[in-house]
Amino acid sequence: MTSNLPSFPEAPISLDDDFERDLHTEHQVLNMGPSHPATHGTVKFLIELDGETIINLDIQVGYLHRGFEKECESGTWYQAIPYTDRLNYNSAILANIGYCLAVEKLLEIETPERCQWLRVMSGELSRIADHLTRCGAACLELAAMTPFLYGIEARELTWDLLEMLCGARVTSNYVRIGGVKHDMPRDFPATARDFIARIRALLGDFDKMITSNRIFVDRLKDTGVISKEDCIRYAVTGPILRSAGVGLDVRKSDPYLVYDQIDFDIPIGEVGDNYDRYLVCVEEMHQSLRIVEQCLTQLKKTGPGPIDVADPRVRWPAKGKVFNRMEELIQQFKSVTEGPMVPEGEAYVAIESANGELGFYLVSDGSAVPVKVRCRPPSFINLAPMDGMLKGAMLADLIPTFDFINMVGGECDR
Amino acid sequence: MDDFGSSALRKLIDEFSDSVQQTHANFGDATALVDANRIEAVMRFLRDEADFDMLMDLTAVDYLGQTPRFEVVYHLFATGTNQRIRIKVRVAEEAAEVASVVALYASANWMEREVFDLYGIRFDGHPDLRRILLYDEFEGHPLRKDYPKERRQPLVGPRN
Repeated sequence: MTSNLPSFPEAPISLDDDFERDLHTEHQVLNMGPSHPATHGTVKFLIELDGETIINLDIQVGYLHRGFEKECESGTWYQAIPYTDRLNYNSAILANIGYCLAVEKLLEIETPERCQWLRVMSGELSRIADHLTRCGAACLELAAMTPFLYGIEARELTWDLLEMLCGARVTSNYVRIGGVKHDMPRDFPATARDFIARIRALLGDFDKMITSNRIFVDRLKDTGVISKEDCIRYAVTGPILRSAGVGLDVRKSDPYLVYDQIDFDIPIGEVGDNYDRYLVCVEEMHQSLRIVEQCLTQLKKTGPGPIDVADPRVRWPAKGKVFNRMEELIQQFKSVTEGPMVPEGEAYVAIESANGELGFYLVSDGSAVPVKVRCRPPSFINLAPMDGMLKGAMLADLIPTFDFINMVGGECDR
Repeated sequence: MDDFGSSALRKLIDEFSDSVQQTHANFGDATALVDANRIEAVMRFLRDEADFDMLMDLTAVDYLGQTPRFEVVYHLFATGTNQRIRIKVRVAEEAAEVASVVALYASANWMEREVFDLYGIRFDGHPDLRRILLYDEFEGHPLRKDYPKERRQPLVGPRN
């Protein structure tokens, strides 16, 4: 029988030196971004490739730079709060809390207990929203559309709860210097408990779909590895540091608000790869749900109470007095137009945001306008070692690594 | 000079008695203002002898009208003891330059680039001192207090 197929040579081609020397390969530079469909962040990568292997990586950030610090330094202390919403827009309240705690440190005021529980509760709901965005978007960018929809459905539930609390889903502008904007509505605890059960169910579905999915695991395991030592050298914090095996969390190491009264665990990983980061994030969401439940119990136990500090420097007088008395009218006018005069000095406050240590370093000269509002952005600092994490890796590993670093443009570029 | 109960600050004052210019612990943050020429030695000492293994934050403040005009601020954290310390150096406007600490703390790389970008303070010994948040054609350093907020920048075309 004759075949039409070409016949194979008798002996395999010998890969002698001459043959290899003729192979002409050179490095290719690939320009990825700043608006690439597989990255959920505005960032540009200049990737030097040898075939599909990353030889060099230059990360160019700054596309969302809008002068956060400059704007804050030209307004009052109050006017900076809406800008902090727009740093990490997935978890706006956490940045609100960090900034307000730093101003309160300069003013030396302590907020009432109910306010602190409300802050912790809203902050933890934001953290869940942030982690859901990270895990959901990572699935989407690894071509798993369905888990993304489950994640986003759960995120909508947390945002519905935040909307009940503050009237806005994303840019909440909820926390005030010395308090919070509103107490929770009467039907909030029942809705929250109902939603927490639904979020748990959705997380369960998410887990069943993706955690042991062969493709997902293959893309994540042993990719984007960073060692414990490198994390510390690069001051990487948050889930990335914890996935590398360091149980460092500002909520435990330096408890602020009422975190010392709350029972929760810090999950840590072993290898420091993307899969560990995913597992750490999922477990942190379960822990955050636990914290929210404890907050609801505690808020019920303590009952109604003041949510604002009784300090005329930062809180406005009661409306009834403003309309009937001269002094309160003047005070209201001064509070609205120039806000508090913050005593001279400098203070640094760190909180645990969804991405790691979010710090605010404030400098005041005693006036109504800040001299310096520095935000220590975890996204920016966590992104810096990414080139080292990917050198020698495949191009496809860049996508999950970038997803689980969770660079948020608003915070990274400020 | 007072150490305000901070063992790290005490160590620093003992070791660098001639370089520590001022200390305070307002609002509970242990702070030392040190001689800008000794910043590398101070940071090396804090890293190796006082276990401050993380450079959490690095930024600058512009005190326009004062001399020296700028202050570069370092926030250090010790993962072993959860202690924090703030180190500051004053930098003059004319020679706005301070030694880089990238060789000691890798995290300083991007943060020093950011300070260079926004304040125009140069870091001597930095391996790759380029603008990071702004583009190369940007004129001036926007976080300087004498940079007006409303200033427009020339339009630049695409680079090839």
